[in-house]
Amino acid sequence: MGALRLRDIYKSFGSVEVLKGIDLEVDDGEFIIFVGPSGCGKSTLLRIVAGLEDATSGLVEIDKTVVNYTPPSKRGIAMVFQSYALYPHLSVRDNMSLGLKQGKKPPAEISERVDHASKMLSLDEFLDRRPAELSGGQRQRVAIGRSIVRKPSLFLFDEPLSNLDAALRVNTRLEIAGLHRELKSTMIYVTHDQTEAMTLADRIVVLNDGYVEQIGSPMDLYNNPTNLFVAGFIGSPQMNFIDADKLGISDAKTIGIRPEHISVRQKKGDIEGVVSHVEHMGADTNLYLDCDKAGLISVRLFGEHSFEIDSKLKAKFQRDRIYKFDDAGKTIS
Amino acid sequence: MSVARRSISRSFATHLILGLYTIIALFPAFLIIINSFKTRKAIFRSPLSLPDSETFSLVGYQEVFRGGEFFFYFQNSLVVTVLSLFFVLLFGAMAAFALSEYRFRGNLFLGLFLALGIMIPIRLGTVAILKLMVATGLVNTLTALILVYVAQGIPLAVFILSEFMKQVSDDLKNAGRIDGLGEFTIFFQLVLPLIRPALATVAVFTMIPIWNDLWFPLLLANSEETKTVTLGAQQFIGQYVTNWNAVLAALSLAILPVLVLYLIFSKQLIRGITAGAVK
Repeated sequence: MGALRLRDIYKSFGSVEVLKGIDLEVDDGEFIIFVGPSGCGKSTLLRIVAGLEDATSGLVEIDKTVVNYTPPSKRGIAMVFQSYALYPHLSVRDNMSLGLKQGKKPPAEISERVDHASKMLSLDEFLDRRPAELSGGQRQRVAIGRSIVRKPSLFLFDEPLSNLDAALRVNTRLEIAGLHRELKSTMIYVTHDQTEAMTLADRIVVLNDGYVEQIGSPMDLYNNPTNLFVAGFIGSPQMNFIDADKLGISDAKTIGIRPEHISVRQKKGDIEGVVSHVEHMGADTNLYLDCDKAGLISVRLFGEHSFEIDSKLKAKFQRDRIYKFDDAGKTIS
Repeated sequence: MSVARRSISRSFATHLILGLYTIIALFPAFLIIINSFKTRKAIFRSPLSLPDSETFSLVGYQEVFRGGEFFFYFQNSLVVTVLSLFFVLLFGAMAAFALSEYRFRGNLFLGLFLALGIMIPIRLGTVAILKLMVATGLVNTLTALILVYVAQGIPLAVFILSEFMKQVSDDLKNAGRIDGLGEFTIFFQLVLPLIRPALATVAVFTMIPIWNDLWFPLLLANSEETKTVTLGAQQFIGQYVTNWNAVLAALSLAILPVLVLYLIFSKQLIRGITAGAVK
């Protein structure tokens, strides 16, 4: 229970086309993440799955049933919002049970499900409080609890961690990962943060400008990006792109190399540059080299290193980690 | 030190200006109230002095309450005001919700059309309204007044409320939809409570002109059974002799109900403002 299939989804607001033909199949129990820059249509796509927006054309199937005309509450979904969206006038308990009450479930079952969810998320002591009396992290846990009690076949998360501070974000991320392991439900998660995408997803869907750029497991996207956009979007710091002409390589338009696949040395290397900035992160060191031929190149070195600003260095690329892209930005294999 | 001193003198100046304005605004009401407790001679001899043991008199109030018809005028005014207010808020909020929440063809046009009522005074249509009321047989009924006042109040209500409704989080409404709440439940249980301060503001702005209106009661409902307080007070103003005691007493009494309504709404208003600010 929880397979989703999107067929040729188009969506336009007035004359603005937001989604331009999305096809996607999600298996039961998968954790899928939609990722992309803001304005790429990822939230709109999630809303179409939820039934909060109508697709201009195309089919949405949940468990092999077309749900285009099914209202959100009947689709067997639950959604967690960025802004928590808790009912301000209801206690935590009532917030979690409202959907079940609307669905005319017997009171005993409701209270059992609420108790179960609140135990899972350690919300027991807050059950009688109002949302206004909770901290941001607690509110988001209540919102997650509200979705768990519905026992949906599909969980939808719309940037659930964006409003939390950094430490809390990591904790809640772990909680969501644990939740997925425990519930084994299908989850679809929208984020613009590639760390969340890489750490949580079974498969990532990279969206850009209304198109799917690539679908694949996190490591697949990292190791085998099909085009320039995915190569640049996944990985931090970003992949370096260098004009192939400037390196004297003729069978490609652009060369890509990840910062972590470059080493620096004094003598022999592929390219020479001047140290323009060094960032000490503790576990690793980010080095920015200003190269005459290729512009600014970032290098990620593991461990602690120190460099003089303006000193000259040579960068050496790992041969088997160089990506080549053609005129259209597609990867040449 | 200097900062503190400056802020004291500054707040003194602010309070002085506000105080003066309050005195100017309240002075007419104050005059009406003190003179309503004086004898007729005292009203004319020294209109600005407070009633003392010699000039104190309740003769105005006695005349107002003689016969008891004034009680019914009050009732009429209250029925008209409260019902009009109720429908203005209900329909205004509903229209505002539709305009701010749903995308449909002609949304903007409809919003502008409704806002047009703010710019064009309803009194321009008096003749047409009167004809309409005569044709439908609604003349000399409170229904006629309520209909006119609802029409008069809705444009401003829609305008203000739709602005506020746009600020209510979409996620909250969508969460309700996923939980299976109907659009009416979302409107009444999620959206309306959140815009309560705006509702109170609209209520105050709508209520006072309705309570004080003389024009439409005079034209549409001037029979004895449908007179409102403002119209009732006119009976003491004659062509040759005006019973000032009674007029002033009637006006003093007319302040009370609207003051009570105002206090109810303003409490809501303040609660709304502080709830937002202290959060």
